[in-house]
Amino acid sequence: MCVVCGCNSKGEAAPAHPTPAAGGAVVDAHTGDLHFGAGAARVSVPGLSESRAIRIEQDVLGANNQVAQQNRAHFHAHGVRALNLVSSPGSGKTTLLCATIRAMQQQHPELPLAVIEGDQQTSHDADRIRATGAPAIQVNTGKGCHLDAPMVAQAFARLALHDHAHEHGHHHHDHGHGHHHHPHSLLFIENVGNLVCPALWDLGEDAKVVILSVTEGEDKPLKYPDMFAAAQLMLLTKTDLLPHLSFDVQSCVDYARRVNPGIRILQLSATTGEGMNAWIDWLLHPDAIEPTSVQTRIAQLEAELARLKAGQG
Amino acid sequence: MHELSLAGGILQVVEDAAAREAFARVLQLRLEVGKLAGVELQALRFALEAIAPGTLLEGAEVLIDEPPGRAWCMGCSTAVEIGQRGDACPACGGHWLTPQGGDALRVVDMQVA
Repeated sequence: MCVVCGCNSKGEAAPAHPTPAAGGAVVDAHTGDLHFGAGAARVSVPGLSESRAIRIEQDVLGANNQVAQQNRAHFHAHGVRALNLVSSPGSGKTTLLCATIRAMQQQHPELPLAVIEGDQQTSHDADRIRATGAPAIQVNTGKGCHLDAPMVAQAFARLALHDHAHEHGHHHHDHGHGHHHHPHSLLFIENVGNLVCPALWDLGEDAKVVILSVTEGEDKPLKYPDMFAAAQLMLLTKTDLLPHLSFDVQSCVDYARRVNPGIRILQLSATTGEGMNAWIDWLLHPDAIEPTSVQTRIAQLEAELARLKAGQG
Repeated sequence: MHELSLAGGILQVVEDAAAREAFARVLQLRLEVGKLAGVELQALRFALEAIAPGTLLEGAEVLIDEPPGRAWCMGCSTAVEIGQRGDACPACGGHWLTPQGGDALRVVDMQVA
């Protein structure tokens, strides 16, 4: 039984899963794709009282973050490593995903994977993913510029990764943590193409992966710092085109480290396959990449701190 | 333009408070939007004005506190203030900065009737 999502129980954290069409989404009967954006206006609750001050101190994104934490617990309970892929439109996220899925199918055919595709409209991207044989759910946000945690909760409930774990009786539930090292399945969440808004919305992912293609400007990390600050990994893609461009890789790397000293960086080309293996390795073993200089510095400082504490004790 | 979604989140916080505390109108709303919160203030004000009509926020005065970005420099082990992400450490000129404050987006308090 699933204590996190409450599948067979009246768990309080149930992210709307066996029920169809919750949260204002219209569901495509054929594919299960979700279409948001037609939500009714909220109605206020009137009451009567005199003017007074109310202390609130509440995070505006608190409601989203709560669902994101439920998603995170839910993913971990199912042994799912979830990645939130973010980039500008046209960076080649879907092409990279298709190439990644094909590489995974060859190298690790035993590993289940699935995709949640976010776009404002159309199911073109989910169709491309499904053509590889991997299950995909398209989430259309309507006018929304980003995915949010409740959308992902509903989409995940419709995916085979979820059902698969349930059929097998949740034998991974005891683990709770440690899935970073041995994920039992991978969930790719392709966010709406947008380097601004998705930075703020936690979806419950293990990591945000920001994709920057070399046909864009190398200064994008400085222009859109919030996104690069929020990401654990930057993928510099379309590197097969570098000979034809004036893109300065080293400057780009320096800019990314300015806004996020600990960010990991990999270079690859989905077209030629160059660099794909390092990306696949990171997906399966995220801690295997060499530490950045800042992570080394953090380790030094931690050691120093431990020595100081020991000296005091 | 995520500020519209954030304005919706702010309205949600206000409506939840109204359900608890029974009030009909917000006279004044105070927000905290840190310099590193990733929010464009002008867009947020515009979005709040756009969604206010017909809600508890209609006619409310919106005050926005903007605390500075604070960061810890791992290069020189100093707490510093920065204007935006990507700024250099004002003490040592390095970029080994970890933001430690000024990244919140919160509803602080409100005056209601």
